[in-house]
Amino acid sequence: MNAMNSGAMTSNVLEVEDLQIVARIAGRDYIAIDNISFSVAEGHARGLVGESGSGKSLTLRAIMGLLPANVRVTSGVIKFQGQDLLAEGGKYRKSVLGTGISMVFQEPSVALNPVMKIGKQITDSLMQHSDLNRKQARERAIDLMDQVGIREASKRVDDFPFQLSGGMKQRVMIAAALACGPELILCDEPTTALDVTIQAQIIELFKKLRSELKVSLLYVTHDIGVVAELCDAISVMYSGRIVEQADDINKVFSHPRHPYTKALLSAIPRIDGPIQRLKGLDNTGPSLTQRSQELAPPMTNVEPGWQIAPFEFADLDALWSASSHE
Amino acid sequence: MSTSLSLRPNILSRLRGFRVNNFRLYLGIFIIFVVVAMAVLASHLTKFDPISQDLLNTLQGGTAEHFLGTDNLGRDVWSRLLYGGRTDLFLASIAVLAPFVIGTVVGAICGYFSGWVDTLVMRIADVVVAFPFYVLVISLVFILGNGVGSIFIAISLVSWVAYARIVRAETMIVRSKEFIEAAQTGGISNQKIITRHVLPNVITQAIVYAMSDIVLNIGVIVTLSYFGLGIVPPTPDWGRMIAEGQQFLAGGYYALTILPALAVVITSLGLSFIGDGLAVALRVKR
Amino acid sequence: MTRFLIKRIALLVPVVFGIITATFLLMHATPGDPALTYLGNHPEPAAIAALHHQWGLDKPVTQQYLDFIGGLFTGDLGNSLFYNETIVKLISLKLPPTLMLMIMGSLFGIIFALPLAIWTAIRKDKFIDHLVSLLNAVILGMPIFFIGAMGILFLALKVQIFPVGGYGETNLQHLWSLVLPSLTIGLGLVPLLVRSLRTSVIESLDSEYVAFARSKGLKNRSVWLKYALRNGSISGISILGIQVGYLAGGSLVIENVFGIPGMGSFLMTGILNRDFPVIQGATLTFAMLVVLVYLLTDVSYALLDPRARFK
Repeated sequence: MNAMNSGAMTSNVLEVEDLQIVARIAGRDYIAIDNISFSVAEGHARGLVGESGSGKSLTLRAIMGLLPANVRVTSGVIKFQGQDLLAEGGKYRKSVLGTGISMVFQEPSVALNPVMKIGKQITDSLMQHSDLNRKQARERAIDLMDQVGIREASKRVDDFPFQLSGGMKQRVMIAAALACGPELILCDEPTTALDVTIQAQIIELFKKLRSELKVSLLYVTHDIGVVAELCDAISVMYSGRIVEQADDINKVFSHPRHPYTKALLSAIPRIDGPIQRLKGLDNTGPSLTQRSQELAPPMTNVEPGWQIAPFEFADLDALWSASSHE
Repeated sequence: MSTSLSLRPNILSRLRGFRVNNFRLYLGIFIIFVVVAMAVLASHLTKFDPISQDLLNTLQGGTAEHFLGTDNLGRDVWSRLLYGGRTDLFLASIAVLAPFVIGTVVGAICGYFSGWVDTLVMRIADVVVAFPFYVLVISLVFILGNGVGSIFIAISLVSWVAYARIVRAETMIVRSKEFIEAAQTGGISNQKIITRHVLPNVITQAIVYAMSDIVLNIGVIVTLSYFGLGIVPPTPDWGRMIAEGQQFLAGGYYALTILPALAVVITSLGLSFIGDGLAVALRVKR
Repeated sequence: MTRFLIKRIALLVPVVFGIITATFLLMHATPGDPALTYLGNHPEPAAIAALHHQWGLDKPVTQQYLDFIGGLFTGDLGNSLFYNETIVKLISLKLPPTLMLMIMGSLFGIIFALPLAIWTAIRKDKFIDHLVSLLNAVILGMPIFFIGAMGILFLALKVQIFPVGGYGETNLQHLWSLVLPSLTIGLGLVPLLVRSLRTSVIESLDSEYVAFARSKGLKNRSVWLKYALRNGSISGISILGIQVGYLAGGSLVIENVFGIPGMGSFLMTGILNRDFPVIQGATLTFAMLVVLVYLLTDVSYALLDPRARFK
């Protein structure tokens, strides 16, 4: 971590340094995440953008300690409020999960327990972390449901997940993530499974929560438009590496340096032109087992708070030819 | 991808992925090999007749002569174990054949064609499984009269259902696969599709189940003879041995009960291992 | 829920009808003559004819079938040849111990199996998982009467905790004398339950909703109890329901080992006495019991799983 914190006016809620994650597939180890570093400043939101398979979700799960059995963190540091989450077998992490960091999952229909009332799912962590009784917890669940925009919350608090629409389920999950008042919420493509109109409502909700609660976000998505709307900082991931990142999202948006970022930006649908799509966004980039197993070269500073990974012109050609195909 | 037909997975190609370190499978095969060899070679492994009584030497512990001792009628326990295994194993394995064949054929036909035949057969299957296995087999053996043939018929009448259900479910999955559709549009007869393309794909499930089915058969055969049904004395059999030995448990003659029970357990264990191992090797979900 | 019930019961009708027909065929259309079996070797032809007339066997088979079904509707299953009593009356006396045995047996089965399933699911592919799976295979290979015999030997004869057999006089004695037989059945049930339960607990532990629960900072204990156990036991209901055939067969055997006067020993003495109406009535009752439990399983699953309940 070099220039990223330079002149830090605010402190960082989350710092990820040189994180490497390895997946074991059919008896062989493959590097899934290759020495990535980024941070989330207090009260800020960082968008982690990339195609599916680029390792964004894996990064979130590594922070939360929810990696599958065959995947492990091999090196690097993940700091929350300056303290290492991985130290002492994750003891510190256990104490901050729910209360300090929480997470909103991609598929609300499978991430909520189908046989448990939503009110209980919103407050079960609160019940564990405080001495509220059942009645108080129920009241709190209703408050939280109001806060995330679920109408007639007192009637719906005893509903089961299957009785709610997808958008409502996602609001329930956000309410549960907010229950213990965390400083940081990790969002794993929280709108991907939803209809376009509902997506916009959920984005609005996140904006509202940001301004009202000053909560920090690490927002994973493949939709760069969402990042433009919601985030201050951006990290672009490709094939398990960060190729370009900046603390000020506008710099990257107006002058993208890395060819992949350029391709990504040009893939945003425009009203006034034919829809352009990057081929790499339709597919998923090289699969884990086909990736280069060489370690990534270090990133270079464009200016303080803005870094890109070195690239070859061959990469650039490949990407542009891919995007002009359609 | 030359033709979609060549994509058809068969037992051979699945066996090629056989895991060499399939310990359970080899252990199971070893156990069953030893048990079967002992049953087959019984006459070479003992000089005693399993049914000849020696009322002067009853309830003896292990001696140089009778190294597992004798029972209440002075019969050699080792010899009875060997010959009893011959009876039970033979019967249990033979009794698996008819249900296997009937169930597999019926299941494949039902699953492939669906329609009213399928509905009828599956309702019959529902009725058969409504009767508890032991209740039905015991009643049937009584009605048909004691004897090995009755056991065979009774088990066959009941056990085909499990195979039919397993194979039917698998067939319905396979039927929707591309290579079957390709074969159908290619004008290959239904009979040929079933025998050449469907059965090789679904039979592995039935084979794996057959291992637990033999265990089930051994269980019901020894239970029947424990209650004096089925196998007629003096034919040696593990179930009868346990029943007779049990009367002497209180007197401290544990071996008479435990040894034949141990034989049942070891045999069943071997078969379970083979079943588990095959399930892994053939990648069958259980 | 009412619609679900009606639909479920409508599905039952052909099966019940099939069971009645199968039981009838079992007794009336099989080779062999019940009168011959009853009278033993070389009976007088007149005696055979008299019995045939008494049992209605001289009528055409179709008429016998209609009579049988008619009898069922009026609650008449005939009379026992051995006891001077109607079959219906006898069954009403013999059914309670069997039901009690099956209920206690499944309770013991669940009490043993559920913790084992959760434990082995959490420690999947670890030593304890392999050990339990080996023990399961051993128990699976044991004939249930042998488990019962060992129970008698160690817990009734050596350490005299339980009675060796019988059913006692008072209700409390009844209950006490059913403990060892139920333990036997419960133990026999364990391998059948653990395998499926373990799979469903593993599925539950690998699910996104458990990942979400963990992300909320819930302790392992809460995750296992409120998520894995709750969701696992709902599927456990159907896993147990499927095993009712084993339960019924097990109590048939175990009642005879322990001398409990239930349906199982009723059937077995019927067989020893060559008492055809008893065998017919007992077989029919066992099958009906199984079908009823299947129905109850589906209904309780619907009651426990909100998704099914609200449909």
